[in-house]
Amino acid sequence: MKNNIYDNYCEITFDSKSENEGFARVVAASFCTGLDPTLEEISDIKTAVSEAVTNAIVHGYNNGPGEISMKCMILDGIFTVIVHDDGVGIDNIHRAMEPLFTTKPEMERSGMGFSFMEAFMDELKVESAKNKGTTITMKKRIGAQV
Amino acid sequence: MEREGEVFTSEEMERQRMDYIYMVSKGCLIISLNAELDHHLAEEMRHVIDGIIDKRGVYRIIIDFSKIDFMDSAGIGLIMGRYKKIRDYGDISIVGANESIQRILLISGLHKIVHIYENLNQAMNHQKGGHNEK
Repeated sequence: MKNNIYDNYCEITFDSKSENEGFARVVAASFCTGLDPTLEEISDIKTAVSEAVTNAIVHGYNNGPGEISMKCMILDGIFTVIVHDDGVGIDNIHRAMEPLFTTKPEMERSGMGFSFMEAFMDELKVESAKNKGTTITMKKRIGAQV
Repeated sequence: MEREGEVFTSEEMERQRMDYIYMVSKGCLIISLNAELDHHLAEEMRHVIDGIIDKRGVYRIIIDFSKIDFMDSAGIGLIMGRYKKIRDYGDISIVGANESIQRILLISGLHKIVHIYENLNQAMNHQKGGHNEK
């Protein structure tokens, strides 16, 4: 669903495998370089994307097989990334977003994933329902500090 | 394999691979990271580290971040898990963390429970019971 209203757009789909976490965050970071981001902005985006993709793998697909899609877009200096999985979905989004809350303490999930996404991006939207997958939309203005 | 001898010349060097190198000396486990610390790497590392702690009586862990510039919440989980394991008798130090990794440590509150040093030498000179430097 490429849309010409964006200044730039990219879409990738990859297997739900932990080795793709690094791949996804590098794609997102590279995609923004046209906006001349600071090192801090790059680092923020890499962290946020890594958290979203890891959640899809660990929670969405419970470390099993599946497909994750990531769309990146730029419009008027704002970078948007949408990470989607067709996994089990989130029962209680409000609770999932509480700092330190995790359903998988035995896997040493720190419960900081959503907190980092919120801290490092300007906007975070989580859409999910049980067995309906999860879509995470994050936005960040690049080059905001002049 | 290609850098054998460059980082650790000691016979204690036990593992050298692409993602991280570790050595154990006098109850101290030093891990030097070569790859970004995310969920993928953390999953593998925690089994390796716990095996070493149990077998070798490790009571100090030093993690060297000076060659990498990325860590996410999986790294926090990894450090927190090892902290819980050894906190009664040991400690964890983090060295060479760049600004963005320090920010992650700060937001997560981890800076309150681990020692933070600029480099490996500083951490090595630190005796258990000394205190956190920032």
